[in-house]
Amino acid sequence: MTYQPQKDFGTPASRSDEAVTLTIDGREVTVPAGSSIMRAASEQGTSIPKLCATDNMKSFGSCRLCLVEIDGRKGTPASCTTPVEPGMVVRTQTPHLAKLRKGVMELYISDHPLDCLTCAANGDCELQDQAGAVGLRDVRYDVQASHLGQEKDHSNPYFDFDPSKCIACSRCIRACDEVQGTLALTMEGRGWDSKISAGFASDDFMGSECVSCGACVQACPTATLIEKKVVEVGTPERSVVTTCAYCGVGCTFRAEMRGEQLVRMVPYKDGKANRGHSCVKGRFAWGYAQHQERILKPMIRASIDQPWREVEWEEAFAYTAAELKRISDKYGRHALGGITSSRCTNEETFLVQKLVRAGFGNNNVDTCARVCHSPTGYGLKTTFGTSAGTQDFDSVEDSDVILIIGANPTDGHPVFASRMKRRLRGQDGREGAKLIVIDPRRTDIVRSPHIEAQHHLPLRPGTNVAVLTAMAHVIVSEGLANEAFIRERCDWDEYSHWAEFVSQARNSPENLQPVTLVEADELRAAARLYATGGNGAIYYGLGVTEHSQGSSTVMAIANLAMATGNIGRRGVGVNPLRGQNNVQGACDMGSFPHELSGYRHISDGDARRLFENDWGVSLDPEPGLRIPNMLDAAVDGVFKALYVQGEDILHSDPNTKHVSAGLAAMECVIVHDLFLNETAHYAHIFLPASTFLEKNGTFTNAERRIQPVRKVMTPLNGLEDWEVTQRLAQAMGLDWNYSHPSEIMDEIARLTPTFAGVSFDRLDEEGSLQWPVTADAPDGTPTMHVDGFVRGKGKFVVTDYVPTDEKTGPRFPLLLTTGRILSQYNVGAQTRRTENVAWHKEDLLEIHPVDAEDRGIKSGDWVKLASRAGETTLRATVTDRVAPGVVYTTFHHAVTQANVVTTDYSDWATNCPEYKVTAVQISASNGPTDWQEEYEALSERARRIDAGVPAE
Amino acid sequence: MNSAERLVYMANQIATNLATDDDPVSAVANHIQLFWDPRMKRLIQENDKAGLSLVAAAAINRLAETHDAA
Repeated sequence: MTYQPQKDFGTPASRSDEAVTLTIDGREVTVPAGSSIMRAASEQGTSIPKLCATDNMKSFGSCRLCLVEIDGRKGTPASCTTPVEPGMVVRTQTPHLAKLRKGVMELYISDHPLDCLTCAANGDCELQDQAGAVGLRDVRYDVQASHLGQEKDHSNPYFDFDPSKCIACSRCIRACDEVQGTLALTMEGRGWDSKISAGFASDDFMGSECVSCGACVQACPTATLIEKKVVEVGTPERSVVTTCAYCGVGCTFRAEMRGEQLVRMVPYKDGKANRGHSCVKGRFAWGYAQHQERILKPMIRASIDQPWREVEWEEAFAYTAAELKRISDKYGRHALGGITSSRCTNEETFLVQKLVRAGFGNNNVDTCARVCHSPTGYGLKTTFGTSAGTQDFDSVEDSDVILIIGANPTDGHPVFASRMKRRLRGQDGREGAKLIVIDPRRTDIVRSPHIEAQHHLPLRPGTNVAVLTAMAHVIVSEGLANEAFIRERCDWDEYSHWAEFVSQARNSPENLQPVTLVEADELRAAARLYATGGNGAIYYGLGVTEHSQGSSTVMAIANLAMATGNIGRRGVGVNPLRGQNNVQGACDMGSFPHELSGYRHISDGDARRLFENDWGVSLDPEPGLRIPNMLDAAVDGVFKALYVQGEDILHSDPNTKHVSAGLAAMECVIVHDLFLNETAHYAHIFLPASTFLEKNGTFTNAERRIQPVRKVMTPLNGLEDWEVTQRLAQAMGLDWNYSHPSEIMDEIARLTPTFAGVSFDRLDEEGSLQWPVTADAPDGTPTMHVDGFVRGKGKFVVTDYVPTDEKTGPRFPLLLTTGRILSQYNVGAQTRRTENVAWHKEDLLEIHPVDAEDRGIKSGDWVKLASRAGETTLRATVTDRVAPGVVYTTFHHAVTQANVVTTDYSDWATNCPEYKVTAVQISASNGPTDWQEEYEALSERARRIDAGVPAE
Repeated sequence: MNSAERLVYMANQIATNLATDDDPVSAVANHIQLFWDPRMKRLIQENDKAGLSLVAAAAINRLAETHDAA
């Protein structure tokens, strides 16, 4: 299609069920009550001139351009602020209105630069369009004063602010307030001096609280706020709707293109996950796709001491297949395995697990979800019957109490956090939802503009189960459980057993306070609020799963939701916030070693036979190795070959020294990635990957929403990733002949009951579908467990608190917990290769003032972070955001490698690593650790290509 | 921790967390049957079981009996 911005209806859609019919310009139109006249006109195809109105924020009524005449009413009201009424007769174009509008527009243009031909927004400027629409032909004013000639603010790496072009419509301010919820912008001064300001007059955008989400840029009707890329390249000429490849929110974007060049990513208003909003990563941080460090040719080497040698694809596939066959013949088929990626598409993930099961002949396939949300899979399957969140994101609009545990949505899932914040602030006279945050850190959402958590429970890391059991104690012992719901929907005997357990005195908040460090009164109040405050919704993240009791915590959360009847309708539920874009999909696609797609255990003969008949092979009925088990087996000398697609296990997985020992013990490590990542130091074969812009497929977000990923440019490496896996399979003798990812999805649908109704055609028609998509639910399932749990009766599981074996003591007296930050993503392979480093160029250690003072540490000092597993150095930030005794850092930078410090301890049920609790000591540092120096030398050596030229 | 020691640690950890189950021995045996690969199951049978807790040891024995019966 040729380029057109998305249609703007001027004001938001009304949610009313009541219909109102009116006449606009002689034509009848019926719209929901509460709609504005502007919206009604727009829906019937009439475009009323406007400047300050846009449909993703409330009407403002300031520009005076959208005036209309209404029969029986005096004057010319603004159509954006006037609601429709039955029988209303409206005229949008009369000589009087034309004169008024022309006069208004003349005033705007009298104080606007007349440089349209050289303006970056030329052809994509609402002011220009509206000047044309009202027929402005000249400006009569000889303006003496103006606001022109002001200095531009270039401080943000992605967009410019040119105050001279501002028409003071306040759309940017309102976008920051209403859409993003940061409230970073304000209008400074009056009259000619009116100026959008990011905080104080002394602040530029970069120095302000702006989080660079892009909402203001999108809202700006002129070139005042404009993407630097548009300034550089020009306006786009076509657009393709696709899905973001960053976090598990799964925002829909329009990739706006000029030829094969991406000009900008603009959030798509019809995207059901993001509803037209974006964050700094998805909106702007896609420069890595063309980064000079991207590897575009396959490479091989006989040993990791050698430099890489570039080869053609044919040679790479033949060599890889020969190596895998050699190892299988020599060590047996169980010596091979593969890791699928939560960053890749469903179709690619499905093919990798198929290659392992059908080609390698074992079930040694795992996915990076092992190290993040595998406890969600175990916990929700056990209690509810399926491994997925229960709601869609829209559900939060109906929540009365939001309980966030072990998640930091404003950093990890920023676009959903904005929606959550909107609900917390309240809107249109509706009181905001109440907020409970259970987190060792005072995360941003605990206190932000117009939001203050009713209860923040700053627990000691590692005591989630104790806190949740104490909450259950309060709910049961104070008679707050929803017994009617439990009797109808759950197994009553199991509930009784659980209720008896949680009611024990040892599980009271008072008794557990010495363990959890949470004030008993505060915990009681939080439990009462969750149980009695109306619709209660729980959102959780890796602060729940990445513990030795990760699975128990997920089940404890499920217990709470069932006990209070907060399951099976809008506004409630249990919602895992998935870290990477396709964690949900990777899990759905059978990436775990014990189960086939759709969460069917590999020992299930019926399920296995379905695949065996379709694939023409026999499958091993025994589960395969999980990632940590693979590394153990490698160190034992029995696991020899690993195909890793789109994951950097050396950087992301715990106890780096153990991971490197495992990788070093293998004879064939195949890394399939965009860059020579850290894992590639130990690789023998490098298969270059394609970006999400270069391939077709689907991602499934945290709300089970299957969304299309569409190819907008030719892969620089020559092949889409599914083609790479297919060519490797063919080289190994497998008869695979997919010509398009849609055929892979057809196979998934054929073999996976919950995907039965999914196809690319359906996805093109609907935009997205939430699984299960079945004969009973042909349009998908926004809310799970509506009439009953997937497993039948909901299962209460007793979750006794078991302290972690990772103990603090005199040598390691502090607890380290790790996390992520807004501007960086996971191991940083993508975001570190973008301008996002302007916000976060290094990992920092947060330490409480008391602990810092004890050690003589100031903000900015280099410190050594040491645990029983290893040590690294980084700089400190002294802050009371963390409690005394707790320190925090991120893991985005390879130079820090926080995972040198994390341990082998893991979740009892799934082996998900205990990233969130490591006993550490902090001390002043006078230089990099031995590990860091050795690692830097290794990196330089390992990245040589041919003549020893470093790849980066 | 070598692999054999790690498996003993894992089995004990599973047993501790399933201690409140109605039938902990069956629950532990079932968990290991469902989630451990054959080599891990074999290793824990073949190696020193002295470090196993009572429930874990009983579960490992249960697995061996099931395996022999099959």
